[in-house]
Amino acid sequence: MNTLLNVDNLVTAFGQGDDALRVVDGISFHVDAGETYALLGESGCGKSMTALSLMRLLPDGGHIESGSVQLDGQDVLALPEFDMRSVRGGGMAMIFQEPMLALNPVIKVGIQITEALSLHQQLAGQAAWDAARALLDSVGVPDAARRLDAYPFELSGGLRQRVMIAMALAGQPKLLIADEPTTALDVTIQAQVLDVLRQLRTERQMGMLLITHDLAVVAENADRVGVMYAGELVEEGARDAFFAAPKHPYSRMLFEALPRPGDGGRLATIPGQVPGFDSELQGCRFAPRCPHAIARCQIESPDWQVLDGQRVRCHLAAELPARVERELTAHAKSTQSGEPLLQVDGLKVYFPVRRGFFQRTVGHVRAVDEVSLSIQAGRTLALVGESGCGKTTVGKALLHLIEPTAGTITLGGETIHAQNAAMLRRQAQMVFQDPFSSLNPRMRVADILLEGMDALGVGVAKDRREAMTQLLRQVGLPDDAGGRYPHAFSGGQRQRIAIARALAVSPRLVICDEPTSALDVSVQAQILNLLKDLQDSLGLAYLFITHNLAVVDYLAHDVAVMYLGRIVEQGTAASVLGEPRHPYTQALVSAVPRIEPQTGQEIIRLAGDQPSPLNPPNGCHFHPRCPHASEVCRQTYPEPTELDNGHWARCHWVAGQL
Amino acid sequence: MSEVWASFDFVLLWTDALVFALVAGVLALVLFIRGQEHLRAPWRAVAQRPMAMGAALVLSVFVVIGLLDSLHYREKLPDSSADAPHYSVDVLSVFDALVGGLRTQQEKTYSEPLAMQLYAKEFVQRDGATVREFPRLKYGGAHLQQEADRVPDITRRSLVGLAQGLAISLLLFGLLAAWRARCANVSYGEWLTLWGEGRLDWPGRTVAVVVTLLLMLAGVLVHLTAAYHVFGTDKVGQDVLYISLKSIRTGLVIGTLTTLVTLPLAIGLGIAAGYFRGWIDDVIQYIYTVLNSIPGVLLIAAAVLIVQVYIESNPDLFDTAARRADIRLLALCLIMGVTSWTGLARLLRGESLKLRTLDYVEAARAFGVSHTRIISRHIFPNVFHLVLIAIVLDFSGLVLAEAVLSYVGVGVDPSMHSWGNMINGSRLELAREPVVWWQLGAAFTFMFTLVLAANLFADGVRDAFDPRQGGRR
Repeated sequence: MNTLLNVDNLVTAFGQGDDALRVVDGISFHVDAGETYALLGESGCGKSMTALSLMRLLPDGGHIESGSVQLDGQDVLALPEFDMRSVRGGGMAMIFQEPMLALNPVIKVGIQITEALSLHQQLAGQAAWDAARALLDSVGVPDAARRLDAYPFELSGGLRQRVMIAMALAGQPKLLIADEPTTALDVTIQAQVLDVLRQLRTERQMGMLLITHDLAVVAENADRVGVMYAGELVEEGARDAFFAAPKHPYSRMLFEALPRPGDGGRLATIPGQVPGFDSELQGCRFAPRCPHAIARCQIESPDWQVLDGQRVRCHLAAELPARVERELTAHAKSTQSGEPLLQVDGLKVYFPVRRGFFQRTVGHVRAVDEVSLSIQAGRTLALVGESGCGKTTVGKALLHLIEPTAGTITLGGETIHAQNAAMLRRQAQMVFQDPFSSLNPRMRVADILLEGMDALGVGVAKDRREAMTQLLRQVGLPDDAGGRYPHAFSGGQRQRIAIARALAVSPRLVICDEPTSALDVSVQAQILNLLKDLQDSLGLAYLFITHNLAVVDYLAHDVAVMYLGRIVEQGTAASVLGEPRHPYTQALVSAVPRIEPQTGQEIIRLAGDQPSPLNPPNGCHFHPRCPHASEVCRQTYPEPTELDNGHWARCHWVAGQL
Repeated sequence: MSEVWASFDFVLLWTDALVFALVAGVLALVLFIRGQEHLRAPWRAVAQRPMAMGAALVLSVFVVIGLLDSLHYREKLPDSSADAPHYSVDVLSVFDALVGGLRTQQEKTYSEPLAMQLYAKEFVQRDGATVREFPRLKYGGAHLQQEADRVPDITRRSLVGLAQGLAISLLLFGLLAAWRARCANVSYGEWLTLWGEGRLDWPGRTVAVVVTLLLMLAGVLVHLTAAYHVFGTDKVGQDVLYISLKSIRTGLVIGTLTTLVTLPLAIGLGIAAGYFRGWIDDVIQYIYTVLNSIPGVLLIAAAVLIVQVYIESNPDLFDTAARRADIRLLALCLIMGVTSWTGLARLLRGESLKLRTLDYVEAARAFGVSHTRIISRHIFPNVFHLVLIAIVLDFSGLVLAEAVLSYVGVGVDPSMHSWGNMINGSRLELAREPVVWWQLGAAFTFMFTLVLAANLFADGVRDAFDPRQGGRR
């Protein structure tokens, strides 16, 4: 196969002279036509900067210091800016992470695509419009002719990302750079988009540079893999070889940090964090975090060596012990103490839709509809579903952060209403998704932790400082953390602060709203371990709201799957994830990219998107996307069907099978 | 000593009290900011910007003059008895005492800058005959024998002034260098090299240059004003430089006190509207929409008229002309404050709308933290940078607004020195041939300098507080 893109010793830096931050430091790799090369690494490793350097679209202050980039034999770095315009889009095109930000919200989709077409293929008028429709067809947008007339906000996330792909294809690029193309999407949509990308690559014999932090996405899509760490490539190899035996300690630890299905043991974590580019970089950049590091690693930067066809930069690559898969540890079975801590019955949260001059209510968004849950002390219930299904609303309604429309919440035997909310707040707390927006940047960590104790009058005022130090130790933060501001901490440490804040009032229930989705894999492992330890030592109950099924499998005892405001399937984690019965759960489980090649299971791909909760379909909400839908599904909403051992599903098809 | 004190009656005008309260407030704020690392950092960034520091120095000259001009007193009349003293009706300020002759050396009418003769020909008795000529000024160039001596004399005085200014600044710089070198534990020469290469942690070169220029300017002015009217004289023969300097206080008072009125309204209502939403938001929005749709000049004119009527119907409340003028100035500040809070309030409302949805506010609500605490600990500190930027940016706008309002005739009292009144006074004289330009010119120069300095400083502040710039440059 011919080499399409050849990057040789590329160095990109911000700033000049000695102060320059070399965000990409001597990277070399190549991408062949028709192949997918994946750049893998945690955030801050310089993956996106590599892509932007290839396109020569670096932000202000960034410049390419040295190296060469050859696209199809043409030296991209030597081109004048004018010729570069035809390379961008024509030679290589880029798909960005956030489709809403990459499309202009006030211009119709069709016009945005034809703009690219007229630039690169000199098409105009009807010809351009037809070509645009053909492009949308090719990326699998249903009803393409009508979508051309739509504005980006009228499309769902998955469709927007497809439109982005269509635009990128408009210039018939030889190389497609996909920068975290599915990170912002739900699993079922992610599966759709990745399918489209795979198919396009084969059809058009494009080269693809896939930038991602997700090992599973790499496993399913890439042909070759390059692992980046702190601006350098540390390992490179063919996918199968890489996944069978990663050579670099960093790659190995990434694997071990991932929760595996059926495993309940402690996750391996990588201590510390990716070094900042302004810190002193000497020797192997991974050495400070590497468990195998020897004196030589601190001084001498390792060179490439080839081992079993894989290239790796590590002094010890040849001597490292063979990777031993950690034994699967069964989930610790916590005792079922009969009495539920939290009992929710018929919870409803409706948001009124107001129209007209007098703001009359014309309808309701049924964000949460008839949800019933129960959690026992010391157990974890995971609430799973795609974005927009109402799972976060459930969490907030439980804490009365959003006033529920109907339903009863019983906590520790007491029914909660607006009057005794203070009692609820002592017993239930929340950990939020984004550790950057959940801590007030203007408050010291100590004040953040004390706030809840002060507001709820926990303990005696003079003991609170002592309690705070205790908390910091409990979540693994240094003692002097209290005097600092949140910006002095990394994402993982911030999430620890957020957890400490929730624990400050000694709650019995903690609602975790996607606490790890904004974190890197290695940090996610730290937080998951911490949550598990806290549960063991304090007997906490968790309501774990997430879309990440791997995390659910690791942490949860019970799982409830939500679709469009209702729970469609519920049961123990093992039975729901192991033998999903509801067609939606089956699709969800099947759509999760996995590192191990899937065997036996047929892959279910859901068509379309989740409908709007303002106007849910009649009958079973899932029937428009369901492969097993029948006439009865279109008419009546199914009642729960008991399966076994507390496992139930709301599905006519499941009921019919019994 | 006590006799000296007894010969004065200190007068505390309303605006004086507020100005000093404001100074105390600013000092308290500075102390507060020193304790808050996240607030101190951007100010440190401001201090590292050469442009901002230069502008701040110029501003500080204005502020010092304004403050000196805010210490008012009345002199005891020389013939009054000790036990029942009578004081002059003229309210003077420390600034008046410092400039000395500048205030009292009054000519007959207009004279050009640095002139030794009046601007208009008059009939003068000379050697028994009546001739029509330009009469000599009483003070301006009075020491000169003939016209031909004037230019060399001015040049000589200017050069002496420049030299003295330079000498003083060199002396000061030498002392500063010695002190800093000692603090930093480096040799004198090393410190000078650091300074020369701009490698200090503050913009040493800019500060030195600006201070030198200011001192040289001051030197020239001191030497020239001793014998001339640098900016000429106005219709009643008063020194225009003196009037311009007196106007500084008026401009500063308008710029700062108005903000003092604006802030509580803007912060309180803006944050309340954004945080509480619902009907509170509706009510506040209606208020500022209505306020915004009334022409501001109309409202100000009406308010000033009411105050004027009040002053005239209660003459016993205001014993001096200065008090009357002062209360009108205060009224102007109040009414301008009431009409100009809407912009900032709208900005703060938008920001609070955004902040209230953030997770840390949600987390505070999950703890049952009260609204007042959420607003004071979570919302206000996070919009404080906007408030600071708005204060500094609004200042120059208000100074200019005063000039426009006084020109229209609804501004400060006509007896009060202000740039607006100067412009208003010189309006008709612009039609004369040859034109009387120096009053307008002086007002323009002073206003331009103050507003430019304020704007440059505001630019520095805004850049330092802008998170997207990250304090780097």
